Amino acid sequence: MTKNKTFLGVPVARPKVGFFELSSCEGCQLQLLNNEATLLDFLSLVEIVRFREGMKEANDEYEIAFVEGSITRADEEERLKIIREKAKLVVALGSCACFGGVNQLKNRFNDLEWVKKEVYGSFPIETQEVKPLSAVIKVDLEIYGCPIKKEEVERIVTALVLGEEIHHPQYPVCMECKARENICLFDLGEPCLGPVTRAGCDAWCPSNRLGCWGCRGPAPEANLARLQIIMAERGISQERMIDRLECFGGFAGFVAEVKANKEESK
Amino acid sequence: MKISCDIDIKHLTRVEGHGNIRIVIQDGQVREARWEVVETPRFFEAILVGKHFENAPYLCGRICGICSIGHTLASIRAVENGFGITPTVQTERLRLLLKHMETLQSHILHIYFLAAPDYLGVGSVLPLTRSHPAVVQQALRLKLLANDICDEVGGRRLHPTRTVVGGFTMLPDRYRLGQFKQRLQASLADLDASVELFRSFSIPDFQRETEFVSLKGDGDYPFIGGDLISTDGVVKQEQEYAAMTNEYMAEWSTSKLSRLSRKSFAVGALARINNNFAGLLPEAKVIAEELGLIPVTARDGLIPGEPGMAGAVNHNPFMNVVAQLVECVQVVLESMQLIDDLLAVPWQEPRQPVAVREGIGVAAVEVPRGILYHCLHLDAAGRVVKADCVIPTSQNHANIRHDIEELAVFCAGQGKKDKEIELLAEMLVRAYDPCISCSVH
Repeated sequence: MTKNKTFLGVPVARPKVGFFELSSCEGCQLQLLNNEATLLDFLSLVEIVRFREGMKEANDEYEIAFVEGSITRADEEERLKIIREKAKLVVALGSCACFGGVNQLKNRFNDLEWVKKEVYGSFPIETQEVKPLSAVIKVDLEIYGCPIKKEEVERIVTALVLGEEIHHPQYPVCMECKARENICLFDLGEPCLGPVTRAGCDAWCPSNRLGCWGCRGPAPEANLARLQIIMAERGISQERMIDRLECFGGFAGFVAEVKANKEESK
Repeated sequence: MKISCDIDIKHLTRVEGHGNIRIVIQDGQVREARWEVVETPRFFEAILVGKHFENAPYLCGRICGICSIGHTLASIRAVENGFGITPTVQTERLRLLLKHMETLQSHILHIYFLAAPDYLGVGSVLPLTRSHPAVVQQALRLKLLANDICDEVGGRRLHPTRTVVGGFTMLPDRYRLGQFKQRLQASLADLDASVELFRSFSIPDFQRETEFVSLKGDGDYPFIGGDLISTDGVVKQEQEYAAMTNEYMAEWSTSKLSRLSRKSFAVGALARINNNFAGLLPEAKVIAEELGLIPVTARDGLIPGEPGMAGAVNHNPFMNVVAQLVECVQVVLESMQLIDDLLAVPWQEPRQPVAVREGIGVAAVEVPRGILYHCLHLDAAGRVVKADCVIPTSQNHANIRHDIEELAVFCAGQGKKDKEIELLAEMLVRAYDPCISCSVH
């Protein structure tokens, strides 16, 4: 490990990091503990000063803040702003933080009162339209996935510590899937967002014969128009395609477009 | 004894999710003693409405980052029960194996990373990597094994990929499954060492009589489906879950709450052992006895649900951690048998065809923190019309709150110091291994 180097103003030698969670399942943080074989090495790379789910000690002297979850209540916005003030680098950890994640599916009803009533009846409960971190603060780095891939996080954190630049793949999951020589899910009659979703997960789901649900959001070069044609050619309904595209919020713009076209053609 | 204290813990550490503890004692009198749940709701039951059934297990797994497998399997069972599908024996065995490994992973996480630091006088597992490296290594080995098997059977340890309505998208590798049995066998030594470690812990002696709810065993120790039972003698069928949980809201919690025969009840490892001690394997029973976890039911030959049960169960909530360790042994032994059974026969197709029909499907599944219910109303096209999920920790919240009240009185009576009371209150909540974001979902 080199000293004196910095990345975005963060000293690279064993940076102090804090982990935080907004509305989420806290699974992305647990993914870090789930890498038992390399956990102790990983811990030697950074100094964890705040990780509520794992430790009692806590201080606010963190340089890098990893924030999991999306914003669904006013107090979360306030917490996030304080984190932004204290941290030199804010990392959105996982799809909830990057795009709103599965939580943002409640936004599709455009009717928060109905949503509240459906779950809580007349009991008063506070909630907002779900927002990703970037809707409230400046986010320096996004780590995609539901869940995050721990190997990818380790690679990214190592790069952060060493002051290297971080690159996300520009190509889609399909590329990784082909490299693993998997049977194409479309040939098995399954819908798959592999052709349009940002790679980096090593085709995690398709390698287990589950079509991709697009948790990492669109690849920069994604040909979404072509995806619609592929789905139609394979006899996969628009409903199933939208189920997947809207699941994590990464394709929100495109989903709105498809839904608008659908309304128009009615 | 005149003691005063003012404990105000905002966002308790080493638990999943966000909860607060408030205890105020003035001159030996308890003024306030509260457990509060402040987690933000994510509205999963609303999110599911209008969605095709194949979304349900995929989305519901994401209710929880620790017990995603349990939620996925509960959702699948709810859909299959709604459609009238009976899984094959092969699918049932694989699902149970997967669930057992989630239980092992989750229990080890709780026992070693969340609960043990209190008993060893440190704030987290981090100092233990230096002071007790062997202990940390054995915990990591056990957790790794459980997660590796989850990867092999479920496709992924968190938010599984292979688990679908009708079975699995693909099957594990037979050869590797055989190897995992060897590793499970070897893990028994690590569990023995864990029992030794527990012997050195001094578990607080605190009792508060309550009711315990779990699946009802029939000479076995059930995890997936079947009748429901409470130590107060209530027995109901799986589809009558709502009468077992009686959800209500209170101003101190964003999670729904539950009650049955009393003002609160408890679910989880301790509840399962209190109800189904007789169904534990002999090796697990021995460990339970060695660690002082003997429900009086078992000792006196009483059966839960029969008159004379009251006071005949283990009422110390701190013993839930011990109960989890006993269950680790139970699930490892059962998993070895499941692998034997799976490897003894040629395998069938991983996935059954699914015929959609209108119906209401209910699933009761024992997940690490207690009994979990999913209920789905499905229309003729297989879309969700209404969804209901009753989470173990939501069923425990009221019980935790009453325990905190009682603990405050107990501490005031004993003249304990501030720091002691604070630690005991934290340990009490942690003993339930609450999954708070899950409970609010």
